[in-house]
Order: sequence, then structure tokens, then C-alpha cells
Amino acid sequence: MAKVLVVTSGKGGVGKTTSTAALGAALAQMGEKVVVVDFDVGLRNLDLVLGAERRVVFDLINVVQGVAKLSQALIRDKRLDNLWLLPASQTRDKDALTDEGVSSVIADLRTKFDWILCDSPAGIERGATLAMRYADEAVIVTNPEVSSVRDSDRIIGMLDSKTVKAEQGERVEKHVLITRYDSARAARGEMLSIEDILEILATPLLGIIPESQDVLLASNVGSPVTLNNTTSAPARAYTDAARRLMGETVTMMVPVQRKGLMNRLLGRRAA
Amino acid sequence: MDAIVQPTRQLVRMRGRSYVAFVFCPVVPIAGWLEEIDATLARSPGFFVGKPVVLDLSAVDLSQTAIAHLVTSLEQRNIRVLGIEGVDAVHLTTSMPPLLTGGRNCMLVQNEPKKPEAKPKPMSLLIESPVRSGQSVVFAEGDVTVLGSVGSGAEIVAGGSIHIYGTLRGRAMAGVNGNSAARIYCQKIEAELLAIDGYYQTAEEIDATLRNRPAQAWLDGDTMKITPLN
Repeated sequence: MAKVLVVTSGKGGVGKTTSTAALGAALAQMGEKVVVVDFDVGLRNLDLVLGAERRVVFDLINVVQGVAKLSQALIRDKRLDNLWLLPASQTRDKDALTDEGVSSVIADLRTKFDWILCDSPAGIERGATLAMRYADEAVIVTNPEVSSVRDSDRIIGMLDSKTVKAEQGERVEKHVLITRYDSARAARGEMLSIEDILEILATPLLGIIPESQDVLLASNVGSPVTLNNTTSAPARAYTDAARRLMGETVTMMVPVQRKGLMNRLLGRRAA
Repeated sequence: MDAIVQPTRQLVRMRGRSYVAFVFCPVVPIAGWLEEIDATLARSPGFFVGKPVVLDLSAVDLSQTAIAHLVTSLEQRNIRVLGIEGVDAVHLTTSMPPLLTGGRNCMLVQNEPKKPEAKPKPMSLLIESPVRSGQSVVFAEGDVTVLGSVGSGAEIVAGGSIHIYGTLRGRAMAGVNGNSAARIYCQKIEAELLAIDGYYQTAEEIDATLRNRPAQAWLDGDTMKITPLN
């Protein structure tokens, strides 16, 4: 059964697109047939992160409006045979999306793929609401800071009221993915702790992605972090999160700062 | 030798008992009056079923055959006449219901099923899930109870008191309809704003020592008091 998963957050810049690409690639590596759909019409980025920006011909809006067929707009990843991209239009805006159009595209994708990952735009307007509208599951990407957590809380409220599942009296399965987690700053109390975030959001945790140069590096070369350097800390954290999405039980690793020699000698004083 | 079995004599015991009967008072023309009965039956077909009926003929002057005809007409409508009153005994034959006298008026007790009363409006609202940022719960009729937390940027508006069993991080406005006796209770106070009957305090004004503790807020005259619970 195909699963529609929306990657959303409310706040911008927390890592929705990075996470969509990384989770999509990780799921594809596990043998699932995956399509990642960019809903950020007018500000598309997913094609860049996947390194497919030079192969975009048709896009989501063309399909929604019936100008192009779905098969014409889908772009197959060069590295993974079962990873596909449905890019957004850069020249249009979110008003070009219609409820009926999105509904029919999603229904069409459901027949072709195991996973449909919708990369939501920031905000709570049309683009974000349509991205979550037909979701079965949701990954709420949150940074360990108050503004991001509050926006995530808002989005969870919308997932519980504005989605088709919610309107039918069912529940969208929700997971919190904490990104840009800096263990050193967390130890100094400069960031919200994992416990605080989970207490505020009252939603199960999917994974903790450590703050890392590898993420930026992978984005710049147009490769999902789970493909670019599979042994890096963020890649492993994303792969674990993808396995949890598949229903596996994987022990949660809270990233810890590797202590230097001096720290190890002096550092008994836990913060 | 056969014993002669004497039949034991049974004493006939008489007891008095009174029943309430419907009294029909036919008026002329009888045909028109019967139509009225038919109309009643059309509205509620079982209306006379199993109820004793007495004919009071004092308002009309009917011959023996007319009375017989009236009784059979009623029987055709499944109305059995228990007795007749207000008529001379000579007009009645033995095949007719007996003559009754000495009836007294009484109130009829209607046994119709009572209409289910409109449910009284609930005086409290229970919310079992967390109230998320941006959500607004308005319940002007009474108390609001939240089992989860109230997120930053969410608000609860109640006509009565507000009870929050999680952390209150948003706004709580109690007693909005001028109920100054309303209070706000929460398991952990990190509220952005508390208001009772229009008097309010913002996060800045709430004593920092209260933060993260169980607390209640109430009105003392026109000042809002916030004190720790237990």
C-alpha cells in the first residue's frame, strides 16, 4: 500500500527539503519505490538538492493543470533507480495549485509508488495546506529552538484538523524529526533539550539529526546526504529514521559531543 | 362404601372498586358527532383501545333503535361501551350495555409517553488532546478542562473556570461573561496571558518564582492573584 508522507514544519529553513531528499534516498536504498514531490511552487529547491535541476522539463503545476502527463514530469534519479522527483514550477506561485488537481496527482502517484514524500513549503498557506491535505503520515521537522517548536505545534494542530484523514475522523500518523541538533550547545543549555521539545509537541520522535558540515556539503553537490556520504553522522541518523518509518525498531541515538583529551581528563562535570 | 362428598360452600365476596371511564356525550346530529370520533381515531388509532367508555345520552333524546344503532356504530370502530347513563331505563334492552348512575367527574390521567426533554446543555467542555499553537477553544457556557497542554500561541476562552492538567503555555481567559468568581488552574504555569472577567496579567507580570509550578489564578476584588497550588 502506497503511503503519502508530508515533510512539514511551519517555519522556514529548518531542513524540510534536506530531510525530504535524505529520507527519500534512504527509503529508495532500502528497495522502496519512492517519489519526492516538491510543493514549494515558485521557490523550488528539491531539484537542486537532488542534483536534477538541469533535467526539469515539466513540473507539478503542468500536471495539475493537465498540460503534461505525470510520466513526462517525473524525473528518475541517476544514482538510484527507484527514486523519482516530481519538481515544482519556479515561474508560478502557490495559487496555481488546486485541491482537485493535487488530489488527482496524488491518487495517480499512489498507484505507481510505495512512498510519496511531499516536501511542504514553509508557512501555513495554500502550498503548505495542500501538501499535507492527502497525507497518511507526517514528519514534522523541528530545530531545537522555541520559534521552530511553536510553529511545529501549530502545524501539528493543522494536521489534526485540515487533512482529509482528520476530516474523515482518522488520524495522520505524526513523527517529530529534530534537525540541526548541536550536542555541545545543548550541553551548555543554549538550545531546547530533546525532552523539552517532545514535552511541548507531545508527538513521538522519529530521529535526531546532528548539526553537521556534511549536510551543507551534500546539498552543494546536489546529492542527498544519505547518498553522498553514507557513513557520516547525519546520513546514519536519516537512515535510522527511514528504518523507523518502515516500522523497524531502531534504538534512538542522542548525538553526543566527542570529548577531546583535555575534556576527558577534566570533564567529569556534567552540565 | 362411598363417601358422600359435600361440595364446600363458597362464600361470594363482594368488593367495591371504581374505575375511571371516558364519558362520551353525543350531540345531534349523531352522524356529525361520529365523524368527530372518526377524526380522533384517524389522528391516534389506538386512542380508545382498552379504555372503558360510558355513553352519556342526557344531551340527546334518542329512541331505543337509535341507541342500539349508536352502540353498534361505536363497536364497529372498536369502541366497546361499558354502560349508558342519562337515559330512561325503558329505552334500554337487555342486549345493550347496562344503565349506570351516580358517576362523578374526575380528572383524566393521560398516560401518553412523555416527550423526551431537551437535554440540558453541558456546563463544561472536556478536551482530551493537547491544544496546539494557533488553536482557539471558546466555550462561553461554562468550564473548560484540558487534559493535555495548551501550547504557546493557543488560547482557551471560557465563561466559567479553566482547568489545565498539562502545562499552560498559551493564553487562558476565564469568566468572559462577567463571572468574576471564575478561576484558572494549571499543573504547570508558563502562560503568556491570564485573564478573568476582563482583568489580565501578561507573562511579564507573572511572578517568576511561580513558573513551572502548579498554580491558580483568581480575582480578589479587581486585582488578579496568582498563587501556587499545594
